Amino acid sequence: MEERDTSTGRTTVLRDSVGVGLATAAYGISFGALSVAAGLDVWQTCFLSLVMFTGGSQFALVGVLASGGLAAGGSAIATAALLGIRNVVYGMRMKPLVDRGGLAQRIAAAWITIDESTAVALAQTDDRAARRGFWLTGIVIFVGWNLTTLAGALIGDALGDTRAWGLDAAAAAAFLGLLWPRLKRFQAGAVAVAAALVATLTTPVLMPGLPVLVAALVAVVVGWFDLFSRRSAS
Amino acid sequence: MTTWHVILIASAATLALKLGGYLVPAGLLERERPARIADLLTVALLAALIAVQTLGAGQAIVFDARVPAVIVAAALFALRVPFLVVVIVAALVAAGIRAFV
Repeated sequence: MEERDTSTGRTTVLRDSVGVGLATAAYGISFGALSVAAGLDVWQTCFLSLVMFTGGSQFALVGVLASGGLAAGGSAIATAALLGIRNVVYGMRMKPLVDRGGLAQRIAAAWITIDESTAVALAQTDDRAARRGFWLTGIVIFVGWNLTTLAGALIGDALGDTRAWGLDAAAAAAFLGLLWPRLKRFQAGAVAVAAALVATLTTPVLMPGLPVLVAALVAVVVGWFDLFSRRSAS
Repeated sequence: MTTWHVILIASAATLALKLGGYLVPAGLLERERPARIADLLTVALLAALIAVQTLGAGQAIVFDARVPAVIVAAALFALRVPFLVVVIVAALVAAGIRAFV
């Protein structure tokens, strides 16, 4: 594949970007519906997708608010911020590729630095294709995610009793979908099981929202000492 | 604190983190330990959110229609069924159990 001509290269980037972009944008529908179910209005829901624009943090924010209400506001902010830390790592990886042009363009690049734009860029074999992949994926998702968020929020608004529609279970399934691709290594699986246990065991004794933050300590401990790293999931 | 305060502060924080990646000196998070912790942090938070969202009801732990829904969702993700389809099926499983049991 090293000597593929530019036109095939371009088609590959386009296919990767649009495919990943559309698939990701589609689940903006579930975010919109869950956000309204958590008590946010349609404007607040759309604001999150426009400005926060990082799915994991958005789902987490409305998830914690759904279980703990405004009293858990501090935990909701902390959980969303902690989940956004991985975007710092992505920014550092993307900087040599996309940090160019005017200030507006550079801010736009940071704005669309998320799991998917970074993943498509890193999957390309040369810098030009990587740059194209990053921007195409980011823009397709940004436009799609915001449109589907609005659609989902309006659907959620119309549904009324969200528990009867199983939207609380849908939220759990959404988190599972975000976690699934990250479970390839044994260490990640061990952290997931331990964190879920810690969150469950501390739920009866801590304010809603805090169990998730306490469970994050599992990652710090395992990551610091690099526990469970030798074996790998077969 | 109003809902808007929570939204504005959290959005400012996540946006600042995105910009921060382009501003911090290169190499800081390229080192093995911080990168590994950042990676595992995402896993731990998502797993904890799954647990609380599946079993939590305020400060109580309950086993209800959400549990079978999440088990079905896990099976479907293992079969590589697309995200949106799985989320909708999970909702239908929970809604169905609540309607008929």
